[in-house]
Amino acid sequence: MRHVLSVLVENEPGVLSRISGLFSGRGFNIETLNVGPTLEEGVSVMTITTTGDDQIIEQIIKQLRKLVTVIKVVDLTELTSVELEMMLLKVHAEDAKKAEIFRLLDVFRCKIVDVGQDDIIVEATGDHDKLRALVTLLQRYGIKEMARTGAVALKRSLQLD
Amino acid sequence: MPKSGAQILLECLVREGVEALFGYPGGAIIDIYDQLPNYPLKHILVRHEQGAVHMADGYARASGKVGCALVTSGPGATNAVTGIANAYLDSIPLVVITGQVPTALIGNDAFQEVDIVGITRPCTKHNFLVKDLESLPLIIRRAFHLARTGRPGPVLVDVPKDIQQKKMAFKFPSDSAVAMRSYNPTVQPNKQQLKKAVGLLLGAKRPIIYAGGGIISSNASDPLAWLARTLQIPVTCTLMGLGCFPGEDPLFLGMLGMHGTYAANMAITNSDVMLAVGARFDDRVTGKLATFAPHAKIIHVDIDPTSIRKNVRVDVPVVADCRLALEGLKEIVESRLAEKDWVAVHAPWLGQCKDWATQHPLTWKENGGIKPQYVVDAIYRLSKGQAIISTEVGQNQMWAAQFYKYNTPRTLLTSGGLGTMGFGLPAAIGAQIAFPDKLVVDVAGDGSIQMNIQELITAVCNKLPVKVVILNNGYLGMVRQWQELFYAKNYCGTCMDAQPDFVALAKAYGAVGLRATTKEEVEPVLEEAFRTPNTVIVDVRVEREENVYPMIPAGASLTEMLLV
Repeated sequence: MRHVLSVLVENEPGVLSRISGLFSGRGFNIETLNVGPTLEEGVSVMTITTTGDDQIIEQIIKQLRKLVTVIKVVDLTELTSVELEMMLLKVHAEDAKKAEIFRLLDVFRCKIVDVGQDDIIVEATGDHDKLRALVTLLQRYGIKEMARTGAVALKRSLQLD
Repeated sequence: MPKSGAQILLECLVREGVEALFGYPGGAIIDIYDQLPNYPLKHILVRHEQGAVHMADGYARASGKVGCALVTSGPGATNAVTGIANAYLDSIPLVVITGQVPTALIGNDAFQEVDIVGITRPCTKHNFLVKDLESLPLIIRRAFHLARTGRPGPVLVDVPKDIQQKKMAFKFPSDSAVAMRSYNPTVQPNKQQLKKAVGLLLGAKRPIIYAGGGIISSNASDPLAWLARTLQIPVTCTLMGLGCFPGEDPLFLGMLGMHGTYAANMAITNSDVMLAVGARFDDRVTGKLATFAPHAKIIHVDIDPTSIRKNVRVDVPVVADCRLALEGLKEIVESRLAEKDWVAVHAPWLGQCKDWATQHPLTWKENGGIKPQYVVDAIYRLSKGQAIISTEVGQNQMWAAQFYKYNTPRTLLTSGGLGTMGFGLPAAIGAQIAFPDKLVVDVAGDGSIQMNIQELITAVCNKLPVKVVILNNGYLGMVRQWQELFYAKNYCGTCMDAQPDFVALAKAYGAVGLRATTKEEVEPVLEEAFRTPNTVIVDVRVEREENVYPMIPAGASLTEMLLV
């Protein structure tokens, strides 16, 4: 099962390598990994999406907590949370197809951030499923390049059942 | 008055309680060596950096203190890596100081530069690169704090040359500064979990205690013995746990696992409640997981949460310091002692365990030659069980584990997790530094001893009366045993009958060399070795193709033992 982990770390040199090394050395998967600053200086938050059965996820969380530079690990999958990812797509768009593509992008509430002679760059934000659907639909026009941030996530304040 | 980084580092070591420093100088650590004579630190000059780390490791295992090694950058640091990994897998507290090229040269492929912090990331508990002099004192304090608290382990501190030279006013950081918000090992056991554990234990008909190295590192032998004796529960130990419960105690079943005793493996398999303390269900212990302790409810006490439910399902997990957890269990058990007559309750189960032990005791078959098991047994009898034993790795290690009875903690020093050949001699030297008056014996093989034989001179020149007993069979015996049993006797690469004359070699190093070629010679030669106040090598020509039994083939169940 897919899990989203929010990992608060001391922003020291090598901390990313400690975490990625832990995953590779122990044979765990990393699907996406996003790192960014928090409001507290010297502390970064990593959002890691990973897959595995319950026992593997439990080991991943425990192993992360064991790292001396890791302050806190939260498994957001167990909570209600907001999870979003941004991606940029360079999509093949010849004139005859442009209108059709624009309509599709409108449905997905995407922004067109650059227009070239026969391609456009699309900015899309959404959860895992929405982005997957968008990529699938755009593939028929031809996706030339893709860059993704990996998921970022926050726990909702109201945890309703 | 301002002090240099080198002075500050050495002063921190002294204030952290370091007495002995095992090291080897080089260009990037020369400034620390330059200051070393000014501090009350006994420096042991080794002949290879791997030896330095194993010595610090042996010192730590024998004394319970943090071991400390000092090496230079580049090859000095990479040579230390095996020693560090060895300590990591056995949870031994070490602080390893490596010199590094000057800060300005880092990343430039400078002479003798290597990213040792990167290299040792997966085999240290934590490591530091000192980037500025101001952070040095706190890093050293934190290194010791990390090494000795929680699940102990090696910590590496990489100190660039310019930082050793720079000067500043020095103040030793306070205890409160040492604390880290991201490092808070759980040491206090959860009371509810302890109550559940006692409930299981007291309801058991066939309980067993499976004790590991965590008992030794947390000094938990006393509450362990109390619990076992009061409730009449048999005890089995891992290789790392040997000595944590008296080897001569009637409740002791011996080691479990691949080369464990028949009684221990049968008792594990038939137990209904298992108290696992300070052990991690290693594959050499469990064999095939699906059939491991199939009837047992498992209570698992360990300070490292990752050890729990890593390999086996656990019914009652207790994350805590083993000593505090066992003391907590003792307290609850005491309040319920009157409920039953525990001697009577567990008599049938203990009787069954005793039967297994009598059916297939640890033994060997005499055939006229020198049996290696007999040599270990003789070492045990002649040392009256009072020696500190270190081992190399392989058959020698297993025989030392099986046929010497360890009655007190910290008397068996062996490379359990990593299985590092060449560990025994330097570890024995480290232990002898910690206990100059004790008999320290390295039970060695002819293969392993050659992996760090250069440290013989370290023992000789420091007048350390370490005894090396080589069970010499001219083979890499354990691998040969596997080839015999599982690879159709294809002894490829394991016959090492081309070997030095170990007696002459001992003499060349200034040690005493003795040899036994017949069974009758073994005891007199060992007696002479133990009497001699010098470093001694005893070359014992044992039966060449003797095997270690019992043996469970890798991946088989604990009950599928090959017996003598």
